[in-house]
Amino acid sequence: MSRKLLTKDNIQHFGISNAVPIIFILLSSFAIPVSRFSGEYLVQEMLVRLSRDSFLVLSLLIPIMAGMGLNFGMVLGAMAGEIGLILITDWNVMGIQGMALAMIISTPLAILLGWMCGAILNRAKGREMVTSFILGFFMNGVYQLVVLYGFGKVVPVRNPQLLLSRGFGIRNVTNLEGIRKCLDNLIPLSIGGISVPVATFVVIALFCIFVMWFKNTKLGQDMRAVGQDMDVARSAGIEVERTRIISIVISTVLACYGQIIFLQNIGTMNTYNSHEQAGMFAIAALLVGGASVAKATIPNVFVGVVLFHLMFVVSPMAGKYLIGQAQLGEYFRVFVSYGIIAIALALHAWKRFKDRERARRALRGNA
Amino acid sequence: MKKIRPFIEQVGWPRVIIAVFLLSLFLAAPFVRVRIDTSISDTLVRFGMNGVMVLAMVPMIQAGCGLNFGLPLGIIAGLVGAVTSIEIGVTGLIGVLTAMAIAVPVATLLGFGYGVLLNKVKGGEMMIATYVGFSSVAFMCIMWLMLPYKSPNMVWGYAGAGLRTTISVEGYWDRAISNVASFNIGKFFYCPTGMFIFFALMCFLIWVFMHTKTGTAMTTVGSNPEYARSAGVDVDRMRIISVILSTVLGAIGIIVYEQSFGFIQLYMGPFYMAFPAVAAILIGGASVHKASILNVVIGTFLFQGILTMTPSVINSLIETDMSEVIRIIVSNGMILYALTRVVKVRS
Repeated sequence: MSRKLLTKDNIQHFGISNAVPIIFILLSSFAIPVSRFSGEYLVQEMLVRLSRDSFLVLSLLIPIMAGMGLNFGMVLGAMAGEIGLILITDWNVMGIQGMALAMIISTPLAILLGWMCGAILNRAKGREMVTSFILGFFMNGVYQLVVLYGFGKVVPVRNPQLLLSRGFGIRNVTNLEGIRKCLDNLIPLSIGGISVPVATFVVIALFCIFVMWFKNTKLGQDMRAVGQDMDVARSAGIEVERTRIISIVISTVLACYGQIIFLQNIGTMNTYNSHEQAGMFAIAALLVGGASVAKATIPNVFVGVVLFHLMFVVSPMAGKYLIGQAQLGEYFRVFVSYGIIAIALALHAWKRFKDRERARRALRGNA
Repeated sequence: MKKIRPFIEQVGWPRVIIAVFLLSLFLAAPFVRVRIDTSISDTLVRFGMNGVMVLAMVPMIQAGCGLNFGLPLGIIAGLVGAVTSIEIGVTGLIGVLTAMAIAVPVATLLGFGYGVLLNKVKGGEMMIATYVGFSSVAFMCIMWLMLPYKSPNMVWGYAGAGLRTTISVEGYWDRAISNVASFNIGKFFYCPTGMFIFFALMCFLIWVFMHTKTGTAMTTVGSNPEYARSAGVDVDRMRIISVILSTVLGAIGIIVYEQSFGFIQLYMGPFYMAFPAVAAILIGGASVHKASILNVVIGTFLFQGILTMTPSVINSLIETDMSEVIRIIVSNGMILYALTRVVKVRS
């Protein structure tokens, strides 16, 4: 009897831990045939999206390690990257050089913003996520202030095509033709009609190695200790506040690079919206991959990006063929991206509760 | 000087700064040829429009469920009520009341589910509430397309199905509450008395509720759950009641808003509506754990005052439209301040 209970318990535990990816696999296995996309098209799409989004999603890993939850403040990094991109477009620096220059310009900005974000989150321990979320909105206001009113007035912009007709402020859409796909096409490779952006994947692979190496450094270990228990870490002589700030700074800088990689693939930039979407999609993708607020691994990232974007590509067409309205699929997609975050967050909180119960039962024995 | 400092510290710096800012906007208005009576009238109208939605924050904050970022859930219930009342075709004050009568049970139902969910995720309410709000708005986008509403005033003309993004309430219950005992002074000043009476009534009801046995128990749950439990209060039940109350107030709030605004905004309309309400109550001096009716009144007035005054005054002053940016920075800055301050007080 107790044995049976235990297995049921285990299944339940497995189900709760992996509920989100399971839901997604079921949904996609239903939606893919309905959408009538060819396999080749889907593989190509997934490769493009993997190269485009993985870096952004990877930037979320380190704050999770430090126990700070999902870093909604990554949009700050994305903003820094966008400012770099606006500047190089104005200076007309093209290709890989342009991209590198954009990264160099935006790095100090991202460090500054990350440090600020970390300092603010240190004052809001236990509610980092909602705080970083609001901080993203707040900084979006500041970003608009700078880009919409400062650029062309305080910051010199020479290229009139970038500016609004009134003479200052950047246009809603910034054309990044100069660096479009410069990283993706650096090492051209095509397998059976499917082009593979090798250089981007090399960068992503390097970054994965960096994360794995980082976990085992002194700093990485410190972060994990802080993530486990701040008080214990403090009494062990770890500077908790400093470690937390560093984790956010790293995440912000990486998000900044991630956004630059993302936008070089897209080729145009919604000056005032790109960063908001970046944050939302990256977080949704990570959660879809089976990560939780407290634990995320590199496989989570890739599984998540593939599953989430599969849904993304497939759902409008599935909606169209199923009910005759593409708009419906579009709304469904929005619903899924927000709903999945809600479900994942709720499941995590619930799981924490259940785990505590399990731990208690384990102590008591199976009486 | 010695007396001013403690006063400011008691009221809170952000509130003082915002009040001074608003006052200076009113003072500057005549010099940039902005009519002061129009400004005051607009502020009053917007105060009445948003008051009830800000009030919807109070029960949840008091019961320790944090800031109600899930307000869109209540708003959706209100929208369902509003749309259904138009479908039935009732007009005037009866129309508004019908809309509310339909909205309240829907909100109660949604609020109950929402409350049960929030009880499962104690400690992480705010983040989950935000996403519950977002996803419910997105879900309703699908529903607005699919629900079988037929009134030609509401559905897309060419398809004959699916609700429009904005629906006018003109001819149904446009300003039905506002115009009760309303009056004009001169050409520019309009006072929506009915809306104030309604808002005052709502505030009074909440005030009375907070002083009943259930209300007191709810406040106890918010300030000290352990103590509440040992005193025999059912913590989970109290929290659910507070969430239902907040959701119902949100539903009523949006109907009041719409009858004054003149339009029902569907689809992504309610998406960000929680943030101005949250910011308003925080500007009024509430914290993440404590809120009073006075906070609601002061906060709504200050926040809506700034929203009304900045476009007109700042625009004529520097000839650029910065109101949107100011709104984003002020409202989110305020929420950020509240989130970071609480911990300091605690530790």
